[in-house]
Amino acid sequence: MHSDDTPLIEARGISKYFGAVTALEGVDLRLFPGEVLGVVGDNGAGKSTLMKVLSGMHAPSRGQILVSGKPVQFRSPRDARALGIEMVYQDLALAGNMRIDENIFLGREQTHRLFGLFPIIDHKASAQQAQTHLDNLKIHVKSVAQRVEDLSGGQRQAVAIARATAFHARVVIMDEPTAALAIKEVRKVLDLIKDLKKLGIGVILISHRMDDIFYACDRVMALFHGHNFAESTLIETDRNEVIGWIMGNRKA
Amino acid sequence: MSERDQSVGAERIYDAEGANLASIKARLSTITYLLDRYGVLLLVVGMAAVSFFLEPEVFLTWRNVSNIFRQISFNAVLALGVFLVIVTAGIDLSVGSTLALAMMTAAVLARDGYPWPLVILAPIITGGLVGTVNGLGLTWLHLPHPFIMTLGTLNIARGLTNLISGGVPISGLPEPVRWLGAGNLRLANIDFPVSFAVVLICYILVSLFLTYTRTGRHIYAIGGNPQAARVSGINVDRTLVLVYTMCGMLAGLSGLLLAGRTNSGFPNAGVGQELDAISAVIIGGASFFGGRGTVLGVFAGALVIGLMRNILNLRNVPVFWQQVLIGVVIIVVVALDVLRRRGSSSLR
Repeated sequence: MHSDDTPLIEARGISKYFGAVTALEGVDLRLFPGEVLGVVGDNGAGKSTLMKVLSGMHAPSRGQILVSGKPVQFRSPRDARALGIEMVYQDLALAGNMRIDENIFLGREQTHRLFGLFPIIDHKASAQQAQTHLDNLKIHVKSVAQRVEDLSGGQRQAVAIARATAFHARVVIMDEPTAALAIKEVRKVLDLIKDLKKLGIGVILISHRMDDIFYACDRVMALFHGHNFAESTLIETDRNEVIGWIMGNRKA
Repeated sequence: MSERDQSVGAERIYDAEGANLASIKARLSTITYLLDRYGVLLLVVGMAAVSFFLEPEVFLTWRNVSNIFRQISFNAVLALGVFLVIVTAGIDLSVGSTLALAMMTAAVLARDGYPWPLVILAPIITGGLVGTVNGLGLTWLHLPHPFIMTLGTLNIARGLTNLISGGVPISGLPEPVRWLGAGNLRLANIDFPVSFAVVLICYILVSLFLTYTRTGRHIYAIGGNPQAARVSGINVDRTLVLVYTMCGMLAGLSGLLLAGRTNSGFPNAGVGQELDAISAVIIGGASFFGGRGTVLGVFAGALVIGLMRNILNLRNVPVFWQQVLIGVVIIVVVALDVLRRRGSSSLR
């Protein structure tokens, strides 16, 4: 599926320890432009930890991350975002007490200078930009001035994805983006992922749902007990094999 | 089953309910929204009306009103700082002691003959330092809750107040300080308390800061969901240190106003005052869980306490009963708020 370009993001031999607990051990991952990579594994297999390492939330204990072939060190998610790596968190990192547009631009608020001196937020402009962006993604909300805590789970997920893609994202990492959604919206999110692909964005999709994996992904890799377990392009595998990988079974 | 109400598009919500019902709900939620924002102002108006009814001769005289303003000034400034901290889901117990330390710093410097600009600046800086220590303790030492850090500085600041003063009151502050705390601005035909003008300026500045600056919005985001703030690239620790520092500076300013009003520094000033400040914030509608509340609400909360003290004084109600009543008001106001919230969440 993928071209032979340099990977957008590459992880080499990533290990992560929390005290005596080993969450990841020597894990490799490569993601190419316009590719959707499915990451599967049982609970505790290290998927979420790997994503947190890739998005700058955790520093790896060992190993290297390369973005477009260049080694990088993320000290915070801000560093990762500066390089176009965005994460949609499983626990939806939104501030419920704030408006939709504020959540979309949280941490990246646009300001202009009042009297050429004080940087102030233009709430009107930010609301308009947020509305335009949501329209582009065909996400409908009553008003961007709604507080996020007043939205349904599905709408919150949509806002979280809108936020990840609001700036020039090159890699979008989604941790179980469909877990809380109605069937109708699952399709919507997966189609949205395919749209991102067309723009040359790479997507890493963590999911338990084989339907999601086989609908949206080009390639799938499985983690087991913090190690790389198996990997394949989608056309060369099938559901039963992937489910076997999650349980730690490999065909002889 | 619950998948039905988790749709992304708003259309589906309208599908589920009649358009009529939806419009009623929208109207109700507008009402709860208005109550949410301005309910405490209603309380202020109601209390003023009752006060006027009980004491029509005295209550609305400018003498009495300006007296209320003057009396609430130092608590209002203190509450404003505590409010910032509470928005981040924190607490600052040290503000009463910080007030005393700042007040005493001013009094000691004045006694030793330092120039008045220093006497004005020093207490604010002192307060800011205590606040910075609180913030650093919270973020560097990773103390489990700001309650503990600020309980520590509550004692430290009080101890320092006694150390620098020898435990006795010191009186005599320069004219400009007394002007700030007790002076009047001649506006048209009325005397407007300078201290209350200081209050208004602080409230307007903080309100603008919270609404229009990135840091101001980040303070609300941290209170709403610190994890979200962190992964959004907000420097949560630095913002918290700033918030506690601002709270300390406002406590210092409050101490300066009180020093000016009493023309002295006394070592047991502001004992328990942090609780009055917290009361004003909570009556004003801020949530202890963070992320919620407005500057206007805090102002109203401080007014409520001031009005209550005033009318009880005018009616010669003993001071001990005032305490009982303020306690009752806190419980009733917050209980009403909880009820209202429960009502509005069932509307969703």
